[in-house]
Amino acid sequence: MWMRDPTAETSAVKRARRTPPKSLVGLTIGLFDIGKTRTPEFLDRVEKRFNEKGLKTKRVGKPTNAKVATPENLQKIASEVDVVLIGLSD
Amino acid sequence: MAERLEAKHSGKALLAARKVEYPESADPVEVCYDRGWTDGLPVTPPTDERVLAMLKGTRRRPDEVIGRIPPYLADCTVEKVAINAVMAGCKPEYMPVLLAALEAALEPLFTLHGVLATTYFSSPVLIVNGPVAKRIGMNSGINALGQGNRANATIGRALNLIVLNVGGGRPGEADRSTLGAPSKYTLCFAEDESDPEWEPLSVARGFPRGASTVTLFQGHGPEAFVDQKSRTPEALTRSLAMSLVKIGHPKLVQSARAVLVLSPEHYAVYREAGWNRKRIERALYEATIRPGAELVAGAGGVGEGVPASRANEMVPKFHEDGLMVVRAGGKAGLFSAILPGWLAGRNRLELQPVTRQIRDD
Repeated sequence: MWMRDPTAETSAVKRARRTPPKSLVGLTIGLFDIGKTRTPEFLDRVEKRFNEKGLKTKRVGKPTNAKVATPENLQKIASEVDVVLIGLSD
Repeated sequence: MAERLEAKHSGKALLAARKVEYPESADPVEVCYDRGWTDGLPVTPPTDERVLAMLKGTRRRPDEVIGRIPPYLADCTVEKVAINAVMAGCKPEYMPVLLAALEAALEPLFTLHGVLATTYFSSPVLIVNGPVAKRIGMNSGINALGQGNRANATIGRALNLIVLNVGGGRPGEADRSTLGAPSKYTLCFAEDESDPEWEPLSVARGFPRGASTVTLFQGHGPEAFVDQKSRTPEALTRSLAMSLVKIGHPKLVQSARAVLVLSPEHYAVYREAGWNRKRIERALYEATIRPGAELVAGAGGVGEGVPASRANEMVPKFHEDGLMVVRAGGKAGLFSAILPGWLAGRNRLELQPVTRQIRDD
């Protein structure tokens, strides 16, 4: 499937990712639990490492990996944190 | 089906714009959003079928370059116009109007870069005259400045999408408007030319009667004007002047132009007294001249105003050609509308409205 580009074609056809922040200092890092077993263990370790560096974290997530996050869920997270790290555990 | 076959067999040959691929599972409307190709409202995805159909609205070659679009001065071909016209929801028969509007917008006197980049409220306002308006079903009557008419809504929108997509003029980036205005989505309408005694805007701007034109004005709006009691042209003129002097700020002068959209009931007051366009515009110009002492900075306890050196002058609100009267609107209602212009015209020639004839090809 395709459509025609309405722009001046000055950027790559592949959509650019949003530029990551230059530093995490002062930002709140959301640690996103997707709801799979043992995700908390993984995120606990990551959180500890972040906190040791003096970085602020907040645990967020969705109740189950069987369903996608609801818009309300995502909006709430977007309003509470600056960046998100998703714990895809298996 | 014919369009689908044509797209399959000749799309590659006719269309030069690059293809943007997306997975079958994706909603193409959402793909357009994700890529930043919209003004915030959904757009029609520009498929080959749709773009080829849109190009049938003009005989101009798809690879003809219309001009360079600010702010980043990228070349804009007829094909890119067609792609953005598809996205805005245009029909192919709107293409000649859109192409003329784009050419008008790119004339240096229109200062499109400035209109886009300003912190003010302005964007291109499109006023269409002549037989093309009826031919493509434009609205000059009830709710002419509002929603509901496809041509009015989408031609203006397409022009703004071209600036967004081809020119790269994004809100918060090159578009620095402090508050913006709903008219930045679209503000496009036709003049009511039903009264043969009325000189249409196109004729006043030097085009022959019967020519189709589009006039671009740097403005926003509308602002409401209500007068249900003035029954003479003199009274109505004084009344209109009270609203016109408020554009931007009552104490700011000789910078903004204005379009006065005169409704049928207000126009009738002038018509019955035998006043024509020239007389109305001249009378409004004179009625908006005020004593400088009332307008200087600090007068009335208000900081805004003209320099103290003008205290002894009689100061006009507008440049002599700063007012354009256009007729439109529904038959009932002693309401007219003011479309205030951009405040950047420090001298009369710095920026001006631009009118272009709409070519048949």
